Amino acid sequence: MRQTIDFQKIQKRTRTRKALGNVIIYALLTLWGLIVLFPFYWMLLTSVKSYGSYNAEYVPSFFTLSPTLQNYADAFTTVPLGRYLLNTLIFTLITTAIMLVVITLAAFAFARLDFKGKNAVFTLFLSLMMIPNELVVITNFTTITNLGLRNTFLGLILPSVTSVFYIYLLKENFAQIPDELYYAAKVDGTSDLRYLRRVMIPICRPTLITIVILKIIECWNSYVWPRLITDDPNYYLVSNGIQEIRENGFGRENIPAMMAAVVVISVPLIVLFFIFRKKIMAGVARGGTKG
Amino acid sequence: MDNKNRKGWLYLLPAFLFLGVFMIYPLIDVFVYSFEEGYNSASQTFFGIGLYNYSYVLHDPYFLQAVKNTLILVIITVPLSTGLALLISVALSSIQKLRELFQTVYFLPYVTNTLAVGLVFMILFKKTAYSDGLVNLLIQCFGGSSVDFIDGPYWAKMFVLCFYTIWVVMPFKILILTSALASVNQIYYNAARVDGTPKWRIFTRITLPMISPMIFYLVITGFIGAFKAYSDAVALFGTDLNAAEMNTIVGYVYDMLYGDSGGYPSYASAAAIILFAIVLTITCINLLVSKKHVHY
Amino acid sequence: MKIVLQNLTKKFPSRNKKSREEVIAVNDFTFEIPDGKLIGLLGPSGCGKSTALNLICGLQKPTSGRIFFGEDDVTDLPPEHRGVGLVFQNYALYPHLTVLKNITFPLENLRGADKLSREEMEKRAYEAAKLVQLEGLMDRKPSELSGGQQQRVAIARALVKQPRVLLLDEPLSNLDARLRLQTREEIRRIQRQTQVTTVFVTHDQEEAMSISDRIVVMKDGVVQQIGKPQEVYDDPVNLFVAKFLGTPPINIFRGRAADGQLFIGQEAILPLQGVSDQEVIVGIRPEGFILQEDGPLTCKLSRVEVMGRDISVVSTHSCSENAVIRSIINAENAVDPEAENVRFAVKPHKLYLFGSETGERILFTAE
Repeated sequence: MRQTIDFQKIQKRTRTRKALGNVIIYALLTLWGLIVLFPFYWMLLTSVKSYGSYNAEYVPSFFTLSPTLQNYADAFTTVPLGRYLLNTLIFTLITTAIMLVVITLAAFAFARLDFKGKNAVFTLFLSLMMIPNELVVITNFTTITNLGLRNTFLGLILPSVTSVFYIYLLKENFAQIPDELYYAAKVDGTSDLRYLRRVMIPICRPTLITIVILKIIECWNSYVWPRLITDDPNYYLVSNGIQEIRENGFGRENIPAMMAAVVVISVPLIVLFFIFRKKIMAGVARGGTKG
Repeated sequence: MDNKNRKGWLYLLPAFLFLGVFMIYPLIDVFVYSFEEGYNSASQTFFGIGLYNYSYVLHDPYFLQAVKNTLILVIITVPLSTGLALLISVALSSIQKLRELFQTVYFLPYVTNTLAVGLVFMILFKKTAYSDGLVNLLIQCFGGSSVDFIDGPYWAKMFVLCFYTIWVVMPFKILILTSALASVNQIYYNAARVDGTPKWRIFTRITLPMISPMIFYLVITGFIGAFKAYSDAVALFGTDLNAAEMNTIVGYVYDMLYGDSGGYPSYASAAAIILFAIVLTITCINLLVSKKHVHY
Repeated sequence: MKIVLQNLTKKFPSRNKKSREEVIAVNDFTFEIPDGKLIGLLGPSGCGKSTALNLICGLQKPTSGRIFFGEDDVTDLPPEHRGVGLVFQNYALYPHLTVLKNITFPLENLRGADKLSREEMEKRAYEAAKLVQLEGLMDRKPSELSGGQQQRVAIARALVKQPRVLLLDEPLSNLDARLRLQTREEIRRIQRQTQVTTVFVTHDQEEAMSISDRIVVMKDGVVQQIGKPQEVYDDPVNLFVAKFLGTPPINIFRGRAADGQLFIGQEAILPLQGVSDQEVIVGIRPEGFILQEDGPLTCKLSRVEVMGRDISVVSTHSCSENAVIRSIINAENAVDPEAENVRFAVKPHKLYLFGSETGERILFTAE
């Protein structure tokens, strides 16, 4: 061991290094934060600039002194934005509700009941998780068209209900509930359905909430299927709506009104996110992927 | 006993119906479609059975353009977004102050409508008669010449597409990697510190091997996701992607199915199956590579 | 390398956000660890012993006070410059590296003049492995080793860079009983062989007593007593130390000093000198009882347990603070297990008096 260590020098060096490292880290994080936030700021800003002043700016200004809500009024009156929002809300709520019932029953069967062929069916379900949507969408399009369900809520909702992954997630959660509870309930003469409603669902409520939130996000943002199955603007969801607005809506140049529509569409999910921030992030970390 | 079986299946019935009609049946049907030559969706008739659909798709310049675009997108965005997410996650986990704020902000793109926010990117990058757009003004500031990123040269458009794609996929990757980093036991870092391990060595020798399963998971899902890119492109360039030379394989499938060039479910099926084959192959290669290099 | 701690204090902000109070994990430590000795830091969980260890190795910084290694003040030095080897409670072996790679890991960090060639590293690793008798297992991954083997890898890894000080954090707590006995002998042997100053932390008094040159007994962040294990056992400074050391534990009675006599209940047990009349707490080691038919202490006999060389007499007494009184008696003494009472005399040097309020030791001279 060398005995002549210059302690002060070592100390000073570590300290400066650490400070420098911190500056770089925070600079990097702030930079990415700005890249993420800037589009949001820009859409808010643009949405409150008046049509005239927006188009007069060759160099866009980073703030406005005369904010206006006219664009929001335009967004709701010139194009049927309210209609799109309502459609999306109906679509999202009904799809999520039906999905919830379907997956709860299925997860209960897999986790709690014994029947012939259970394992085989479960394996089949798991393998379905690998099937990309793009493969099945073609036939679904034909099926729905042939059933005459284009431009109906039924046509929008039915193929969007199923989610093998959520069945799997819920089944895993159900399976963690100790068997004793089930046997105790059986001894008391509780029916399966009642046990499911009174014991399993309350215990697994956190997982159910996570699933519901993830499904809502998925529904709210869905674009491909609604685009294929609707060409009547009365049945457009917000994604198609915004696309329609962009191509035929306000006239191509009314960017502020377009941005107002974008803000209106984005706000519900962002509000939902701020309310359930922890749950959403935990749920996504457990296995959500975008789309 | 019979009663018991019936009950189990009864509970499964709704899920089974939905999956059967909208997943299992279509899965079989798509293969059938892809081999039916000259299928007419109006009369639902076809001439014969064979590989013509595949051959047509593989010779269609639009499809080749779409494949090229998709491959470029995949090759650029997957490594870049994963690397960037890793960098940001490591930075995130090395700070205490403001960490939660940064995490929340970084997650925002996940909960936004891809189509809607794509419009914002469009106006930021677009060059119009009235204004060159913010990004171009920025470029001019630094002495470059402006370029129309939305209706301009191919690589400018590809750049925006890649940029927006990365912006969209980052939240998920950052989230997964930060939680992976947090799950590495602090004790290993303490042990390494006592041994005087330099920071970069701690990172390459301890942190990276320990989170390698998660990195590979992200690479695999990243590949799959990027191969299925579509709505990002629509958001930026509008629905007529072929005209913009920015179509993707998935976009090609949908165009074949519906829209101005639509009505050819057979071609769409063939293209979708080709896409599936590509994704499957890449995923298998990924898994093989990960077996060699990933510590579990 | 001797270690000197001077007024070492470590405070943490309270976990409870409402109260601003700080938790004092280590309170004003001042003691010296002589060169080449094995020191046991001993105390119940939460007494701050692990914090003390972290302060010595540099993973945590003290709130105040200084730490010296030899003549060097290392208080503000980061751990990597202190030359310490640390063995963690869960070993902290890198699961993705083989045993050999785990052991060479610290050596690969050496830079500049200390940089070693790959051969040199492996040579040193094999030397360290030989010391802990691991030579045959160098290519295994930690998950393929037993708990005891993992422990030895951790020790080898800590020793391979020839540290000035070796620190062990609860090194035996993850092992089963038999292995624990074996491993503690091993640690003793390795320490003797390498002559490196060693500090180890444990909550198991038996462990600490059996292998330490000195033990440091701690409670609530305060050092209670420092000394050779036997001295601390024979001469505890307070009730806590007396209770904490020894298996079976010391027997505690409520008693009274009066008229030069020690009373337990109504019985005068021992003549005392130099103690004023007061209520006292009486501690009697299990081996401090002598079976005697006319002994002054009468206890109600519960049962007799035969342990071979000794017998353990289990009895009760109305003044006892413990549920039962355990006394260890030479097996040559016969006890009738059917008898209702048993009578003892006590060995004066195995009996301690403590203040009934303070718990501090009250010294007395017998006779």
